[in-house]
Amino acid sequence: MIKNFEELNALRDKAVKSMEIRLERTDITPVEGGKIHILVCGVAGCVSSGSLKVAEAVEAQIKVHNLGHDVKVIKTGCFGLCAEGPIMMICPEHVMYTKVTPEDVSEIFESHILGGKVVKRLLAGEKEYEEIEDRLPQIPFYKMQKRIALCNCGIIDPENIDEYIALDGYQALAKVLNEMEPDEVIDEVKKSGLRGRGGGGFPTGRKWESSAVVKEHTKYVICNADEGDPGAFMDRSILEGDPHSVIEAMIINGYAVGSNQGYIYVRAEYPVAVQRLRIAIKQAEDYGLLGKNILGKGFDFNLEVRLGAGAFVCGEGSALMTSIEGKRGEPRPKPPRSAEKGLWKKPTVLNNVETYANIPQIIRNGAEWFANIGTEKSKGTKVFALGGKINNIGLVEVPMGTTLREIIYDIGGGIPDGGTFKAAQTGGPSGGCIPAEHLDTPIDYDSLTKLGSMMGSGGLIVMDEHTCMVDLARFFLDFTVDESCGKCPPCRIGTKRMHEILVRITEGKGTLEDLDKLEILARNIKASALCGLGQSAPNPVLSTLKYFRDEYVAHVVDKKCPAGVCVSMVKYIIDTDTCKRCGICKKGCPAECISGDKNTPFAINQDKCVKCGLCMEKCPFKAILKNA
Amino acid sequence: MSEKCTLCAEAQENAKKLDAIIEKYKDTDGALIPVLHEAQDVYGYLPLEVQRTIAEKLNIPLAEVYGVVSFYTQFSINPKGKYKINVCMGTACYVKGANDILDKFKTRLSIDVGECTDDQKFSLDACRCIGACGLAPVVTINDEVYGKLTADDVDDILDKYEDL
Amino acid sequence: MNKVNITIDGIKLYVPENYTILQAAKEVNINIPTLCFLKDVNEIGCCRMCVVEVKGSKALQAACVHPVKEGMEVYTHTPKVVEARKVNLELILSNHNASCQTCSRSWMDCELQSLANKLSVKAIRFEGDKKRLPMDEGVSIVRDPNKCILCRRCIGACKNIQTVSVIDTMNRGFDTVVGSAFGRKLDETPCSNCGQCINVCPVAALHEKDDSDRVLAAINDPEMHVVVQTAPAVRAALGEEFFMPIGTPVTGKMVTALRMLGFDKVFDTDTGADLTIMEETSELIDRVRSGGKLPLITSCSPGWIKFCEHNFPDMLDNLSSCKSPHQMFGAILKTYYAEQQGIDPDKIFVVSIMPCTAKKFESKRPEMQVDGRPDVDVVLTTRELGKMIYDMGIDFPSLGDSDFDNPFGEASGAGVIFGTTGGVMEAALRTAADLLSGTSADNFEYEEVRGLEGIKIANIEVGNVKLRAAVAHGLGNARKLMEAIRAGEEFHFVEIMACPGGCINGGGQPLQPADQRNWIDLKAERAKALYSEDRKMFIRKSHNNPAVKKLYKEYLGMAGGKQAHKLLHTHYAPRQNYDK
Repeated sequence: MIKNFEELNALRDKAVKSMEIRLERTDITPVEGGKIHILVCGVAGCVSSGSLKVAEAVEAQIKVHNLGHDVKVIKTGCFGLCAEGPIMMICPEHVMYTKVTPEDVSEIFESHILGGKVVKRLLAGEKEYEEIEDRLPQIPFYKMQKRIALCNCGIIDPENIDEYIALDGYQALAKVLNEMEPDEVIDEVKKSGLRGRGGGGFPTGRKWESSAVVKEHTKYVICNADEGDPGAFMDRSILEGDPHSVIEAMIINGYAVGSNQGYIYVRAEYPVAVQRLRIAIKQAEDYGLLGKNILGKGFDFNLEVRLGAGAFVCGEGSALMTSIEGKRGEPRPKPPRSAEKGLWKKPTVLNNVETYANIPQIIRNGAEWFANIGTEKSKGTKVFALGGKINNIGLVEVPMGTTLREIIYDIGGGIPDGGTFKAAQTGGPSGGCIPAEHLDTPIDYDSLTKLGSMMGSGGLIVMDEHTCMVDLARFFLDFTVDESCGKCPPCRIGTKRMHEILVRITEGKGTLEDLDKLEILARNIKASALCGLGQSAPNPVLSTLKYFRDEYVAHVVDKKCPAGVCVSMVKYIIDTDTCKRCGICKKGCPAECISGDKNTPFAINQDKCVKCGLCMEKCPFKAILKNA
Repeated sequence: MSEKCTLCAEAQENAKKLDAIIEKYKDTDGALIPVLHEAQDVYGYLPLEVQRTIAEKLNIPLAEVYGVVSFYTQFSINPKGKYKINVCMGTACYVKGANDILDKFKTRLSIDVGECTDDQKFSLDACRCIGACGLAPVVTINDEVYGKLTADDVDDILDKYEDL
Repeated sequence: MNKVNITIDGIKLYVPENYTILQAAKEVNINIPTLCFLKDVNEIGCCRMCVVEVKGSKALQAACVHPVKEGMEVYTHTPKVVEARKVNLELILSNHNASCQTCSRSWMDCELQSLANKLSVKAIRFEGDKKRLPMDEGVSIVRDPNKCILCRRCIGACKNIQTVSVIDTMNRGFDTVVGSAFGRKLDETPCSNCGQCINVCPVAALHEKDDSDRVLAAINDPEMHVVVQTAPAVRAALGEEFFMPIGTPVTGKMVTALRMLGFDKVFDTDTGADLTIMEETSELIDRVRSGGKLPLITSCSPGWIKFCEHNFPDMLDNLSSCKSPHQMFGAILKTYYAEQQGIDPDKIFVVSIMPCTAKKFESKRPEMQVDGRPDVDVVLTTRELGKMIYDMGIDFPSLGDSDFDNPFGEASGAGVIFGTTGGVMEAALRTAADLLSGTSADNFEYEEVRGLEGIKIANIEVGNVKLRAAVAHGLGNARKLMEAIRAGEEFHFVEIMACPGGCINGGGQPLQPADQRNWIDLKAERAKALYSEDRKMFIRKSHNNPAVKKLYKEYLGMAGGKQAHKLLHTHYAPRQNYDK
């Protein structure tokens, strides 16, 4: 139980000692808790690729070599390089190993831990950085990043509150309770320029203020952790890697607006996040950082985790609140705004995970510090989940205003297999595509909106020339149709009709009139759907129509899919010049539609071809071409 | 006879568990969804009898309970297989060919999405992004995650479970 | 109430701050089209028909639920708005089973069709998949989900107003349907059959089970003696089927029309109501005097009875054992009347014209028969009667008046007011007062039980007995009252009617579109018709009805006696909710 500010500081000063070797300080004098810390990523992607087994193997090696006093293994949050997982980092030297398997662990021990020689084949980043002094910041992936929301991820053990406290955790809460009036807290957040990281980018301070001014006894603060955008996993990483930062922010939020009850609404698809949150809440309660009379300052705050149940629409504020109330997660018309009548008709503030993760540092370092990062109207950093056709799939956090090119090429390592960048999709099903001509646009809320996309929660999917933009639009509409709550006709029926038209087009049955219909539908769904998600549902179509109209036209007029994705329009042709008449394709064709022998040229009967692509795969001479 | 009694005993055991779940949440605001989650953990799905008990004890109309169950994809009114296959259809996975993998599962198991094989061994679902985009395309079978798959891997994976 | 300044289409207004944009626009004669909105029943802004531009808002706003605000500027018919409404309506139409030529609603009162006309929808540009779901044909209510446009008004009626809650929104997205749990038929749910869902449905997704064919077949059968009886509320509303003003009493024209349809005898259910009062009052006096189960709760409303059997099975003993008026009357027709007229009761076919869908179910209850003969053979709603009158080419508004047939002739005014909330209570009080005091009271209009307050409580002295009485209408109010009684609140006599406003607003009454119902209180207008009829009557107390007196004297003996019990009383049983 931490009763006051002094006790918190004492705990911090004690706890930080055992963590110093993990911090990048020059004055390292490791004392307590072992001389070497082996950090193994324990979240999301790395767990999926087996990092927990790696951690077990490390434990085993520690026993084998009897290193219990000197070496410690810590399961941390996300390092960002998710596709390279499982990730392991060895401190104090900060050497990062990637794609570590349990079998690699004994080699790491013998060579690195005991022998002082890095295991080169497992090193992260470009292989010339292989000297032991080469630390994390030198890896290009990290060079341009600035970690605020993710600052503790990859450093602390998310299941150990002491490690959070060691790195100044709950200091912001202490500062707020000790030194600040609620309206001063709101002012600070307002001055920082922080905007909502989950969707449209509403200024966070103003959001808090509009709830704070409502005079009601019962108010709620909610953390939206229903990260539903496909391809987005930054909130998951924060919750799994640094849950206390969100909890601390929510308590501060409660103090600022006059609420004693908070809810964290998490997707049920994130069991690890749920478990870590529950552990973290329990620890905070045990320390008296949640509950009654926090830090002896007379402020009470309780926090409860609520699980979603598989409905994208619950990411919409009012739908999320109806879901917490135990109902179908359907949005309701606004006004009244949630700040006045939200959860159970009480004033409610809703922020997403990443927004909250910024709060403790804004309070600790001051609004000015934060406002100095980023662009004029978008302050601070943004976490992006890089995915799709990009080398460094993973999580990155960059200052607002970083260009797409920097993110994709400098941090993301460019397009794999020599592919060409075609477009990036941001904002998930509510967002749009950004084509190559805008690669140098500095990314912030307003620039993305101007380009017809949106920040959304921060999913960033990269596409190359093998992605068909009509098919991509169809994919997103497929998602929207599936996830529409069904309450209002524009979304319930309108998106369905758009989807039908897109299917028609990808099947080669579309007409130019269909393109007009798409535009009429898109315009009216945007104008008249009941909720923000419905209103933004046509964005993937509108933005692809804007930037890739020629692809649509190719589909409806020429009946061709330039990317060779839309099966009905794909045509496999044998290039007779390259063909060596070996007959492998003919043998392997399941539709038996290839003719030819040693004397007659090989050809594919297009009427019978089922477009499985097997022939192209099997041809040893690359003589079979798609859509040539 | 003895088999029947095992079933009876199991049913009674489950009914007790359900009562305990409802009791735990009785005074919680918005209790329905947490209760449904935990009830599904006990029964594997949410059949009429379970929903009716929940409706009666939480004093919520059954039609509303069913309305909630049918709204959320995580709730099922059909039994699931012993091995629950979920093919992630998030953008990252989709762009990397999740559809082919899903199709492969469908053909191999001769079931459609949302269905269960006759022997109750496998059920197949397409799920929303599970946030393991770094491993795209991803499939989960119960708690096991399979990443960076191609359609060709499907047979090997299923063979493993067939032998269990 | 504070007022605010707003501008609608350039017109400046000063309106109460609790107004919606829709209400404010109405003040300056601007009609904003609505579809899902139904005042007090469904205010959820989901259909996006009433969208308007509000300056400062990026997206269009639903006028039906959007509150006004100081300085607000609203535009109700800009090109953006007009296009959005039209596209949304086309989308709704594209997923609607538009079998308009053969649809029961298209001939006069389909709100969807009239909206399509108003918005000049000339083609549906966005055709595509349509839902194809099975019909649910119940004893009282038929649901056609393929015509449903998901406005959710029926849910508002069933769940919020009636608290019956057997239909709700199911599934999501394009697969969303209004349905019951596990897709059950309504007859397999605790549905009360009240039919309030039908009354609020803008299309033909909900309608009563049409039984008019069976009636026509009986009329055309020369062997059958076809007798019709009409409930009091029917005369207060039947005119609406013929576009007569709401609240026009049409008793005489109705009797003329029924004769023209070929019924052999036309009787007034009010006689049955008078019988009910005789029986129920005697039951009340008996229970009060002998310390029987109190409160005594009325049993005329079959929707209420089924609701009670499902939801308050522990309180069935409180219910009066009296059958409802038309069932009593049916039983008398097949016994006393048959004997008196020398007709084989098997050849008597009793048709009840009722404002009610639940009475269709009631007439089929096994308890509702005497010696194996159903008291009533077919129940038709006011709407079905209207349709039959149209079918037979009768120009209803031009008809002259006729009187009901003897031997039952004119009933009492007490029987007439049965059709509105508080009416049964008042009728019983009129009789109880005289019976208990042994005199004939001159002041017998009990204002305290009249009116549309959801639950009315009155302390009334009748004779020398002080009665605490309660009246509830609408099953939501009934539930509240019953829970209070269950918790220990004491009453002597309780009247409950399933439908809000009582039978005048029954589930079988003429449909009025939302653009009427949003601005006029149907219940109040129709109730006025009944109270004015009552005042015109010569006999206004049930026990003074000469036909009833004669019936007791010649056939039934004592009120509450053995013969009366056999013919006029029934019993109830608890009902399972969603049994297997």
